[in-house]
Amino acid sequence: MSTASGILSRNDLSALFDALAARGLEVIGPTVSEGAIVLAPLDGPDALPAGWTDVQAPGAYRLHPRDDGALFGHTTPVGGWKRFLHPPTVRLFQAATTADGFTITEGAPPPPRQAFLGVRACDLTAITRLDAVFQGNPFTDPIYAGRRAGAFIIAVTCAQAGPMCFCASMDSGPDLRAPYDVALTEILESDHRFLLEAGSAEGAALLADLPLTPATDRDTAARDRQITQAADQTRALPPGTAERLGRMLDHAHWNAVAARCLSCGNCTMSCPTCFCATVEDSSSLDGATAERHRVWDSCFSLDFSYIHGGSVRESGASRYRQWMTHKLSSWHDQFGTSGCVGCGRCITWCPVGIDITEEAATFAAVDAARHPVEA
Amino acid sequence: MPRPKLAVWKFSSCDGCQLSLLDLEDELMAVAGAVEIAYFLEATRATAKGPYDISLVEGSITTAHDAQRIQKVRKQSKMLVAIGACANSGGIQALKNFADHEDFIRRVYARPGYISTLATSTGIADHVPVDFELRGCPVNKHQLVEVLTAALSGRKPNVPRYAECMECKRRGTVCVTVARGEPCLGPVVQAGCGGLCPAVGRGCYGCFGPMETPNTAALAARFADLGRTPAAIRDGFRLFNANAEAFREEGDRHDQA
Ligand code: SF4
Ligand code: SF4
Ligand code: SF4
Ligand code: SF4
Repeated sequence: MSTASGILSRNDLSALFDALAARGLEVIGPTVSEGAIVLAPLDGPDALPAGWTDVQAPGAYRLHPRDDGALFGHTTPVGGWKRFLHPPTVRLFQAATTADGFTITEGAPPPPRQAFLGVRACDLTAITRLDAVFQGNPFTDPIYAGRRAGAFIIAVTCAQAGPMCFCASMDSGPDLRAPYDVALTEILESDHRFLLEAGSAEGAALLADLPLTPATDRDTAARDRQITQAADQTRALPPGTAERLGRMLDHAHWNAVAARCLSCGNCTMSCPTCFCATVEDSSSLDGATAERHRVWDSCFSLDFSYIHGGSVRESGASRYRQWMTHKLSSWHDQFGTSGCVGCGRCITWCPVGIDITEEAATFAAVDAARHPVEA
Repeated sequence: MPRPKLAVWKFSSCDGCQLSLLDLEDELMAVAGAVEIAYFLEATRATAKGPYDISLVEGSITTAHDAQRIQKVRKQSKMLVAIGACANSGGIQALKNFADHEDFIRRVYARPGYISTLATSTGIADHVPVDFELRGCPVNKHQLVEVLTAALSGRKPNVPRYAECMECKRRGTVCVTVARGEPCLGPVVQAGCGGLCPAVGRGCYGCFGPMETPNTAALAARFADLGRTPAAIRDGFRLFNANAEAFREEGDRHDQA
């Protein structure tokens, strides 16, 4: 196990980008675009969101300037890392007709080798949730596994939680709970610098290539203080939600949520662990060639539950219920964990601001009224 | 084996959807190879008699003559595909359905007596059975090719009915409603355009009409929270697909005039 660590000065940050580029890695990280902090390929440190933070609320997101020049002084970026491991659209194969059937002419494109810069605790846990889906036993998805194997993960310490964050109640943060290559803590006090700590042999090798100075107790204390600060969260999932939802599948409250829900699928698309996809076939006009693509799907579409004769989940209530129970309840049965890591994206990016924690609290309240605790 | 015969018909419309067909460029030669283009006045004056295997119908029904003509087109067509907002729901010209069309005629034409028109603009399905409705104002050329390809190979076209938001999110666009408070019709509009407007920072105008299960009331309530007046909410639903049932009803609910 590597214990390599050190301090990288803000002014030397380009050395980190150079070392990643030298390894043939494309750096993906936070940057400002379209009025938000998104994840995108970064040319260098100048692309990072220096001096910006985000303010999130149900159905609302705004950027705000901060005067300390922080590069990682925000919370969850739009969208998360899912799209870089499980692309929204990917070709599975290309085929050509032959005299006696067809032949595959091209497979899926080769996986890119990417460095993820600035993976927050909730999103790090989300990657392990996707691992369980795509490369847990017994099946391995070659597209995901290829991208995952090539991914170099630089996690980042959260210095503060936003009002949408509830990782603390989901056991997924704010301290880093899953393997990473390097952990980065941005320290703004006195001189702007980064505490880098290796979490893998590759991470240690990277650190060896950087102009680091030794880390002191002051630096590790700053890291611990940030984690304590970020654990102070106002939002939480009520305890017992997983079992409770399983018992309340017929409750009238599902209809009340459905009256507000647009069935637009933004929650599932924004969720860092939602993995559903459909396959779309296309053919050339003369029928000589065909392609199959895998594209993100959502349990909010009618076709998602279409079997011969019609869709199983016709009502909006049944579709909202599928989403919420899968995330918070049946995921436990399927994968042994929650499908939710408490990132809050589904709340922020729901155009009408439906709040999964508030709905869970409503179910807890009606359940408590139905089953008063025995004295 | 003779190639299937394709006919393209025009009713009340701007020709934009037919232009999407001509705009295929690369695929146009393939289309011309796969089907006999038997009737397509926008492209060629040469016409071949019916019956036709596939009829693409552009435009809405706004005159008594059109209402008769569409019956003839239907009788001559094995498969009838209504293409574009006009053919699907009456188009932007269906705005006259919400007003006195005689009044429009008097204001626009110097000699109103020459104009003979119905009081409404309606989609093709209000007059004859339609086998497939291809949405858009104009239609998306890739979806148009997909409908033709699917028809030729006897399969269901890959044209999703879910919300525009799905395309928007796949594309990685930052939601304009959430990040700017910009009212966007995307959640109640069918996907198909690829997410054009949100990608340039504007709310969706609804060119592709209502999605499969449009919860227009919930979205209208959100627009009101964002500060839209009832009149603006009404006008937002009364655009290219003003006469599509879900949009017409939601628009009417906010019509306080
Ligand atoms: S369910 Fe919502 S809060 Fe939980 S991980 Fe998904 S997007 Fe984040
Ligand atoms: S919540 Fe819906 S979209 Fe997400 S993983 Fe479950 S079934 Fe798939
Ligand atoms: S909960 Fe919100 S984001 Fe999810 S489908 Fe409903 S309206 Fe869309
Ligand atoms: S910008 Fe419009 S279409 Fe895109 S996700 Fe937001 S509401 Fe949906």
